[in-house]
Amino acid sequence: MYLTLSWRNLWRNKKRTLIAAASVFLAVLVAVVMRSMQIGSYAYMISSSVKFYTGYMQVQGNGYWENRSLNNSITLSEKQRAEIAQIPHVTSVVPRLEAFSLVSFGRVTKVAQVTGVDPATENNMTELKKRLVQGRYLTESPGGVLIAQGLADLLHVSVGDSVVLYGQGYHGVIAAAMLPVAGIVKFPIARMNNTMVFLTLTNAQDIYSTDGRITSLAVMLDDVRNQTDVFNALRSLVCDRYTLMTWEEMMPDLVQGIALDNASGLIMLIILYLVIAFGVFGTVMMMTTERAKEFGVLISVGMKRKRLIWVTTLETIFLAFLGAVSGAVVSLAVITYFHYHPIPITGSAASMFELLGVRPIFYFSTDPGLLINQALVVLLITLATALYPLFFIKRLQPVQAMHG
Amino acid sequence: MSLIELHDLCKTYNTAAVPVRAVRNVSLQIEKQEFTAIVGPSGSGKTTLLNLIGGLDKPTGGSIFVEGKDIATLKANDLIDFRLHHIGFVFQAYNLIPVFTAKENVEFIMLLQGVSKAKREQRALELLESVGLGDRVNSFPTQLSGGQQQRVAVARALASRPSFVLADEPTANLDSHTAGALLDMMAQLNREFEMTFIFSTHDPRVIKRAHRVVTLEDGAVKSDIRQNEAAEGTE
Repeated sequence: MYLTLSWRNLWRNKKRTLIAAASVFLAVLVAVVMRSMQIGSYAYMISSSVKFYTGYMQVQGNGYWENRSLNNSITLSEKQRAEIAQIPHVTSVVPRLEAFSLVSFGRVTKVAQVTGVDPATENNMTELKKRLVQGRYLTESPGGVLIAQGLADLLHVSVGDSVVLYGQGYHGVIAAAMLPVAGIVKFPIARMNNTMVFLTLTNAQDIYSTDGRITSLAVMLDDVRNQTDVFNALRSLVCDRYTLMTWEEMMPDLVQGIALDNASGLIMLIILYLVIAFGVFGTVMMMTTERAKEFGVLISVGMKRKRLIWVTTLETIFLAFLGAVSGAVVSLAVITYFHYHPIPITGSAASMFELLGVRPIFYFSTDPGLLINQALVVLLITLATALYPLFFIKRLQPVQAMHG
Repeated sequence: MSLIELHDLCKTYNTAAVPVRAVRNVSLQIEKQEFTAIVGPSGSGKTTLLNLIGGLDKPTGGSIFVEGKDIATLKANDLIDFRLHHIGFVFQAYNLIPVFTAKENVEFIMLLQGVSKAKREQRALELLESVGLGDRVNSFPTQLSGGQQQRVAVARALASRPSFVLADEPTANLDSHTAGALLDMMAQLNREFEMTFIFSTHDPRVIKRAHRVVTLEDGAVKSDIRQNEAAEGTE
């Protein structure tokens, strides 16, 4: 009967209740869609960035990140790689041997970052093959190199020409080779487009005399949310013999950019929450004060204050649930739609994304935690407004209330 | 032992300007089954006295014994419980719960008392039948006339099986015919259920039917007259 009383009280002023519920509904909808777009875009940006080169984490030799020397390279056996690849949520492991060398063609010599890669796993992760603008992709036989378009232009080299690599190998050994240009690849980032040279890992290990060593093993995951679990599992596998670097450590600029954008998003959310809190509070206040006489009568005839508070709290709970649940349901539909139909970004903003090698879209996350969190926050804010009737009823003097 | 005993009862409101002595040294005994009217001009202290007897207000002096219990010493929550179990209230403006039907309004008091659903439904129907609203049990207050609403209010007041009913100007908002019918009904309940009624009123029709008329003036009892019950013959 208390439930009936609360429910019917809620509908005494249908318009007002609907407006209040609609504001809660809109708050949930806007909060969820906004956060879904933010979190989704961050996840997409992270996934695109890590896919671009670094991976979610890398196994490296101790000190390699600070001193990129082949002397800090590591040996990871096939068994060890397989163990890492079998860690739950790891989708692939990509070995690389990176070295800085001189690349010459004719009379032109440039400094290049030479990277030995496993053609198949590298392509699975970075889709390097898709960057080909000329020639063919890397194969073990016949060998050859892929050269970034900017560097190729600087060297005036084209597919079929042979370039000379000259540098320092493992422990000071001279590394030199003449290799044909198998293909030319294009990178959206100038720094990479003007420096990168790829060859097969085995070829690179021969040239640099590293005898099966690699400088890094990039690890790809199914979802960034599993990063900590994988990191811990990986840490227990490699112990302190090697260094584990996460994408956050390898790409601090990206982390800062996301943190900054996230902070502004949170400020917007707080403003939204405040607007909603005041809106619902106004409704609850009206619903309470206009019934002061009725409350006075109910206390007079023998209704305990705590029961009356329960009835008014139930009203707020109904109101909050009405708005929050309907908001969550519609939000789910909206973000699910946009998850499968991302919003394209156009104009100069799109160029910026493309420059970073990221597809210019607003991606939406369908993480259920996001939906639940936002609905819960709005629900709690709404429920907090029930404190007003609580204090009002506690202080109510029935005689004064009944006589206005 | 009288049902209600007021000893030297005082109520003073300390307003900003001067203290207002709303009730001054009122001493009264009200017996079971009395049909008492408290009368007097506006501002004479009728409603304040009723509020004190009903435990809605605390006296600043004197004592109020209801069935031997000094209700002025009860704590707020105990007073609410006391009102729930011992006092029925009928208000001038009916004050029914607008979102409840007539039956639910009557049932609600019993719900507060913890009466089982089956019992409260049965009693609510009986009470509404006894006030002549057996055919309107599922009507909401807005679907009832003023007189009918006041009948529901009387049924609600009786639902808790109180020791007495306090009625604050119960006929003030009713037309002559409806007021007469309501008073007939209350007189009948008084006789048949031995229910004690205490009214605050200006209404000569109520005064005429009362067994006892207590007149207040400036918060003090001016007169306390017992009338014979012949007036009830006018029913």
